[in-house]
Amino acid sequence: MDADDETFAPITDEVGANGGDEQRSRRPIISGDHLDIEAYASLYSGRTKIMRLLFIADHSSDEKVGNPSMNLEALRMAYDEIKKGENTQLMREVAQKINGRLGPSYELDSAWCDAVDHRAEQKKEKLDNELNAYRTNLIKESIRMGYNDFGDFYYAHGQLGDAFKSYVRTRDYCTTSKHIVHMCMSVILVSIEMGQFTHVTSYVNKAEQAPDALDPITIAKLRCAAGLANLEAKKYKLAARKFLETNPELGSHYSEVIAPQDVATYGGLCALATFDRTELKSKVIDNLNFRNFLELVPEVRELINDFYSSHYASCLEYLGNLKANLLLDIHLHDHVETLYDQIRHKALIQYTLPFVSVDLSMMANAFKTTVAELQKELEALITDNQIQARIDSHNKILYARHADQRNATFQRVLETGREFDRDVRSMLLRSNLVKHDYNVRQLRKL
Amino acid sequence: MDPMEALVAQIQGLSSTPGDIARLHIILKQADDSLRAESTRLSPVLGQLAPSEHSLGFLYVLDAFTSGQISKQQAETSVPIITGFINACNAEQIRLAPEKFVLVCKRLKDQVMMLEAPIRGVGPLLTAARKLQLSTEHLTPLHSDFLMLCVLAKCYKTGLSILEDDIFEVDQPRDLFLYCYYGGMICIGLKRFQKALDLLHNVVTAPMSTLNAIAVEAYKKYILVSLIHHGQLSTSLPKYASSVAQRSLKNFCQPYIELANSYGTEKIAELEAYVQTNTEKFENDNNLGLVKQVVLSMYKRNIQRLTQTYLTLSLQDIANTVQLNSPKEAEMHVLQMIQDGEIYATINQRDGMVRFLEDPEQYKTCEMIENIDSSIQRIMALSRKLSAMDEQISCDQLYLSKVGRERQRYDFDDFDVPTKFNI
Repeated sequence: MDADDETFAPITDEVGANGGDEQRSRRPIISGDHLDIEAYASLYSGRTKIMRLLFIADHSSDEKVGNPSMNLEALRMAYDEIKKGENTQLMREVAQKINGRLGPSYELDSAWCDAVDHRAEQKKEKLDNELNAYRTNLIKESIRMGYNDFGDFYYAHGQLGDAFKSYVRTRDYCTTSKHIVHMCMSVILVSIEMGQFTHVTSYVNKAEQAPDALDPITIAKLRCAAGLANLEAKKYKLAARKFLETNPELGSHYSEVIAPQDVATYGGLCALATFDRTELKSKVIDNLNFRNFLELVPEVRELINDFYSSHYASCLEYLGNLKANLLLDIHLHDHVETLYDQIRHKALIQYTLPFVSVDLSMMANAFKTTVAELQKELEALITDNQIQARIDSHNKILYARHADQRNATFQRVLETGREFDRDVRSMLLRSNLVKHDYNVRQLRKL
Repeated sequence: MDPMEALVAQIQGLSSTPGDIARLHIILKQADDSLRAESTRLSPVLGQLAPSEHSLGFLYVLDAFTSGQISKQQAETSVPIITGFINACNAEQIRLAPEKFVLVCKRLKDQVMMLEAPIRGVGPLLTAARKLQLSTEHLTPLHSDFLMLCVLAKCYKTGLSILEDDIFEVDQPRDLFLYCYYGGMICIGLKRFQKALDLLHNVVTAPMSTLNAIAVEAYKKYILVSLIHHGQLSTSLPKYASSVAQRSLKNFCQPYIELANSYGTEKIAELEAYVQTNTEKFENDNNLGLVKQVVLSMYKRNIQRLTQTYLTLSLQDIANTVQLNSPKEAEMHVLQMIQDGEIYATINQRDGMVRFLEDPEQYKTCEMIENIDSSIQRIMALSRKLSAMDEQISCDQLYLSKVGRERQRYDFDDFDVPTKFNI
């Protein structure tokens, strides 16, 4: 890679500069614009679109980045979207949140609500009757379709628990592997919406074990679902692997759950936080499939490349810019801080790895922080045993330190000997006491 | 006095051969009561007997002489007599009547305490204990009394000499508890915390059916020494500790457990505040000195942690990190630690910098090799002892009867254990 060759040249300048040098040509870093809500929402469809918009509305009011206009914009779009569907519960929620701020056309439309509820009642009765008819006739396929329809109905009306139960009931009536896959996909969708990711994992496994080969789009969907489940469970490494294995045919076929931009972002960040250097290179940078995803989010691509080529300052700058928008993402929100910390720590560790001694002021420059702050961070990492080094606080230099194996072995041996000695002696003493006690008791008995 | 004179003659006559001594022993036992009746008039009798040859006889007479209440003046005269006897007596003869010997020594201890000069009892009791022991691995009741006098007289080094022996045979568990407790206190006084920890650990984990006060006091000191030496306290006793201890010991030592928790938070201010509020409780248990050492050890531990992350550090930074008040205090702490050999460092006063060095031990010297070799020998000896004990128990009658009884239920084609082993 060209980046490597460049760093062999005047090492001190290059390494110290790390992307802060004006003379190197670099692509202008896109500053974090406020999230373009329309563009963002257009990536999704169905219930997740509504949930994401509501999430943005809730969090843009208390985020430092957020502004009231984004809040209202999100609520407006949510309202429009809900109107297209049949979920009256969400409608009431949104109307309450809007609180009349958007004018008369965006108030709680009770007439619409009642009409939808009435229609829902009728439909439910109809479905019920049909299902009973099928059940008496014991036609497996029709019963399955009946339960499926029920599931879809409940899902559309926001009764996720009932939807889940209905979908699970179809399991007994599945005959072909296609049916099984269909059921699994429906259950996965509902589980993700409910936030119960343990079910997601088990049903993904079930679907993958279906006897017939799955088509690539389904495989991609399952990988994404598995990745999301791992992300929620904080298993970042597994999540990264799953996201990276997603093939590009996913496209926008899974817009009810996830957009390809998300696959790129989640996968990229998790990989950066947990993979070591070789894995990063082989699985992310050289991964042709994943490159298609990365093209959609050029900032993530840039920041991964910067990290790999040790341009930490620009990498961290990209991360900082992305942070505001990532905090508005429904799945990533809770994990942003952890992932960012992990990435920063990895950057610090990677920086110090190749050197015997490091000048702390140059390092502080590279990471765009002060020497005092840097010293504190390094101290924490050394105490945690992530960096094998010691700080010369007087001259502000970090010296690598390699544990002396021989001495350590001697110490351990002597210590083990002492412990053995101690333990056996107390054991012999205790057994003597027990024998005495037992003798006394025996004597008393006799 | 006639019976006395006859007795004296017999003692003088029958103290030469083992056969005679056995006969003498029987005679003395029979004469025991009459001796006690004449206790006030026995001092001239003692003058006629020589402690080194007529030890058994002397012992019986001495026992009768010292029984009953003794005033301070009488104690003044009897202490030297007993001391002289202990130094001069014949070990084999007194081993024939160990309980009497122990009784006499205990009276010596009481008298010495009454005279408020415990140091007078230290030497004699050491000799007595050594003479009474059947082997260096044997614990006698005298050991604990001896150690108690050492603690009171502050003769720690003398006490240490007897602690160096390993104890494997014990007659009375109570002796062991007291021995380990006082031994622990002596080691704490000499700052040998590892050995103290071992001794106190033995008390706390000894098999016991009911909780006793010695174990409770020992546990309190155990917690404090564990904090000083290891910097942490394991929250539960090991599995082999008796169930009584595991359940109830903590209830009696609540302030100490909380001290350990507060130590674990690594905030010195909190620890000191806690100590301040509970000073009275610690003082009542006579543990205030140890508690102060615990607080000191926290500073030391923090400084030691710094040696892992820094090569050089200014005194001001050390003071800030470890929450001391000034660089001067930090310098004093570091200096003390260097002198005690707890860290390796050099202080540069001009720059106000401390440079931390690596442990210079290279494990290449002859002494180290000898050290390792002796450890190996010691451990091999222990292993042999362990196998010997194992064999001994397998041949033990009680053990076989218990095992034999259970085995019969399961194995039909094994050899039947002969019925005489079934109780």
